Amino acid sequence: MSYLFTTPDQQQEMLNTIGVSSVEDLFSHIPDELRFRGDLNLPVGKTELELESEIRAIANRNRNGTELTCFLGGGVYDHFIPSAVDEIAQRGEYYTAYTPYQAEASQGSLQVFFEYQTLICELLGMDVSNASLYEGGTALVEAALMAMRVTRRHRKIVVLGSVHPEYREILSTYLEQLGCEIVVVPALEGVADVNLVSDSLDDQTACLIVQSPNFFGHLESMAELAEAAHQKGALLVSSTDPISLGLLKQPGDLGVDIATAEGQPLGIPMQYGGPFLGILACREEYMRKMPGRVIGTTSDRLGNSCFVLNLQAREQHIRRDKATSNICTNQGLLALRATVYLTLLGPQGLREAAERCCRLAHYAAERLTALPNFEQAFDQPFFKEFALRYRGDVRDLSRRAAEAGFAIGPTLDRFPGQFDESMRSLVLCAVTEKRTVEEIDRLAEALSF
Amino acid sequence: MRNQQATQLIFELSLPGRRATRFPDAGVGPRNLTDLLPASALAETPPPLPEVTEPDVIRHFVNLSTLNMSVDTHFYPLGSCTMKYNPKRHERWASLPGIVDLHPYLSEDRIQGMLAVMYEMQEMLAEIAGLPAVSLQPAAGAHGELAALLTAAAYFRDRGEQRTKVIFPASAHGTNPASAAIAGFDCVQLEISKTGLVNIEQLKSKLDHETAVFMITNPNTVGLFERDIAEISRLLHEVGGLVYIDGANMNAILGITRPGDFGGDMMHYNVHKTFTGPHGAGGPGAGPIAVRDFLEPYLPGPIVKRAGHADGEFVYSLVNPEKSIGRMRSFFGNVGILLRGYFYLKTLGARGVREVSETAVLNANYLLEKLKDFLYVPHGDRCMHEFVVSAKELQTKRGISAMDIAKRLLDYGFHAPTVYFPLVVPEALMIEPTETESKETLDAFAAALRQIAGEDPEFLQQAPHSTKNSRPDDVAAARHPVLKWTSAP
Repeated sequence: MSYLFTTPDQQQEMLNTIGVSSVEDLFSHIPDELRFRGDLNLPVGKTELELESEIRAIANRNRNGTELTCFLGGGVYDHFIPSAVDEIAQRGEYYTAYTPYQAEASQGSLQVFFEYQTLICELLGMDVSNASLYEGGTALVEAALMAMRVTRRHRKIVVLGSVHPEYREILSTYLEQLGCEIVVVPALEGVADVNLVSDSLDDQTACLIVQSPNFFGHLESMAELAEAAHQKGALLVSSTDPISLGLLKQPGDLGVDIATAEGQPLGIPMQYGGPFLGILACREEYMRKMPGRVIGTTSDRLGNSCFVLNLQAREQHIRRDKATSNICTNQGLLALRATVYLTLLGPQGLREAAERCCRLAHYAAERLTALPNFEQAFDQPFFKEFALRYRGDVRDLSRRAAEAGFAIGPTLDRFPGQFDESMRSLVLCAVTEKRTVEEIDRLAEALSF
Repeated sequence: MRNQQATQLIFELSLPGRRATRFPDAGVGPRNLTDLLPASALAETPPPLPEVTEPDVIRHFVNLSTLNMSVDTHFYPLGSCTMKYNPKRHERWASLPGIVDLHPYLSEDRIQGMLAVMYEMQEMLAEIAGLPAVSLQPAAGAHGELAALLTAAAYFRDRGEQRTKVIFPASAHGTNPASAAIAGFDCVQLEISKTGLVNIEQLKSKLDHETAVFMITNPNTVGLFERDIAEISRLLHEVGGLVYIDGANMNAILGITRPGDFGGDMMHYNVHKTFTGPHGAGGPGAGPIAVRDFLEPYLPGPIVKRAGHADGEFVYSLVNPEKSIGRMRSFFGNVGILLRGYFYLKTLGARGVREVSETAVLNANYLLEKLKDFLYVPHGDRCMHEFVVSAKELQTKRGISAMDIAKRLLDYGFHAPTVYFPLVVPEALMIEPTETESKETLDAFAAALRQIAGEDPEFLQQAPHSTKNSRPDDVAAARHPVLKWTSAP
């Protein structure tokens, strides 16, 4: 079944028009020795009815994972998704369109992305946003590359050890080949030591990369870190949890020059890690150094206002090897989800969601640290996620929690080489607004061994 | 019929006090937030987001959607983008509980279903490529290019070879040189020959022991199969270089010929093109890469491996290749899109997959035949799954540009082809009908183009005439960029 229209009679008619006798003739210019003959070794095609039960069976094999009550964090969170988000994102007019090259045929998507850019600026307190990147990790890397272009310093960046280990790994993948040194400042107390950070910055440093709330869930001293970076002429690049901004000060108020975020909490399902949404916004002066698609307003032939892809002169299809990035898409459908999500929540809804996360997380921390085998790893302020130290084997802990119906983590042994040896027995616990007091009580009971 | 009120900016619909989503109180007793968080970290007010109701939101975004053309509503022959039909069953299956709600840090024993699917996807992509090792990490085609180039760089470094050059033809996608530059290579561009194919003599003159990779799209961007690809590969391998196949045009050759069999060492797929991941108004995509066995140790991870088990069941686990370049992104990959590709391949099977390419090539050649008496075809009189016509002659004689034609097509209810790409063809219109269009649609599209070619040039220069907007001023947009809404002072 390949969704084809052409009947055998039509096919013959079309071949006659072309002037060949068979479909095979259409491939005659491919040298015979390069042709693949026979059938590819793929499973036999199946009908919708057959696959429906096969795929439901596969989904059910994962149910022993998804039926666990989710206290997992580490950059992906089980937040509530209002039904209106799914309703809009399921419209074929959005999800089966492509990049809005033809503005007149794409005013719907273009306006959505313009609204997205505005909402992201409002959320982060920044001047300009692009129309999104792949996900939070690559957004952070793109911000680092952008900082190098802005500062014209290509030799060194400084990143805190409290930044998501996978984000730091992507930084290495991208930057090692370019001969850029990545200095990682350990965060042994769960947050950065500002003096240590200051010592590692110099006048060759393009940027300081900070995540707050960080990988452990704790808040960094952003204002002091901004000052330290700016003293050396480096930019402050941040990654943040968008939900936390219902309560916490915005990156724009904390001295951040390029703010990024993983947009998954904004109405995007976890779907085993992607697709997600890379948020990137910056101060106005850096606008033309931004990577990725950007939408702007203009007027048309008749003087009516409308939306277009803007600042395309930065992009790969025009600038080729001199482009600000090789990226040629935004995450349109996910940007749509985030746009609908943020408009549904509004300022009060976002605040309520953030407050509920924060209060429940603190309740959970109190309950769990009262247990004999746990202590809070770091005595630092946190938002919705915190690190616990377990007096035992953390793998054993995950297993016992799962047997009792809970998923908790990730445990830090999952990220070999990315943390100090003293952190091996740490486990993260994330609490979203979807959790309840009863669930937390049951989790505490289950872990009281 | 357009609802002008609902399609104002969402910010203009906002009225303080309106609400859509509420959350219950945490139920943990009254405590000041300042007991939980330092006062210095707290914002005085939440972000100034718009305040609207749920009906506002629905009416706004539903009405906006009607201002789009899409595959679900229109023929969308955007060359190089493979805008084929997106089966609805994929949407349902990708949203099933157990799939859509899977946290990436669940332990492997609890996600065996998902890992089994991703393993099978790796295997199917390897088979179609004729290349044995696959990484599903890259989030899009350009991301796949970068991943493969970094993989090649790691391979050369490991062998102690200093190779600095990436070569590509002038007809290449802009992402090829952009990816090469980000991977730290020097870019060398080849002119293409009169036939639209790679100029072998020129290629030879550029090859040396500093050559790392030759990037080539095959079939290429003018819609022709590079018939000398085996010779090109031989030349590259002779100097120790690698051949990268940009898989943007895989829709032409599924089960017909395989990149690994015609000499490619690495390639990326665009799952959102070839295997029906919906384009999402720009994304998400998925850009998995396939490589030869000697490059496997350098691939970005994680990759799914399978092992036998005592009770006969397979056990799936995530591994990182031994000398991996590392991660390209967080978590496993753009799983939602990979799944849709998986569902598609499971529906089609080997026969169905080949039919896709046969029909895509049949449709393109049929349409080409219907157009070539009035639109100039600079390269070849046959094509693969897409072709490029030039409006140069119409422009010279009558002042009708490729853009005019593209814009006027919107009035006829067709999305425009890709215009002004590839750069090697003046006034280019790149047309890719895909296999999921009927002869009737192709006939209607050809008739529309024929009619447009005879229309009054001045009328065409002002097209489209039926859309909400016509001919936005791009130059003004870039000169004074307005990239967000601001409230009136």
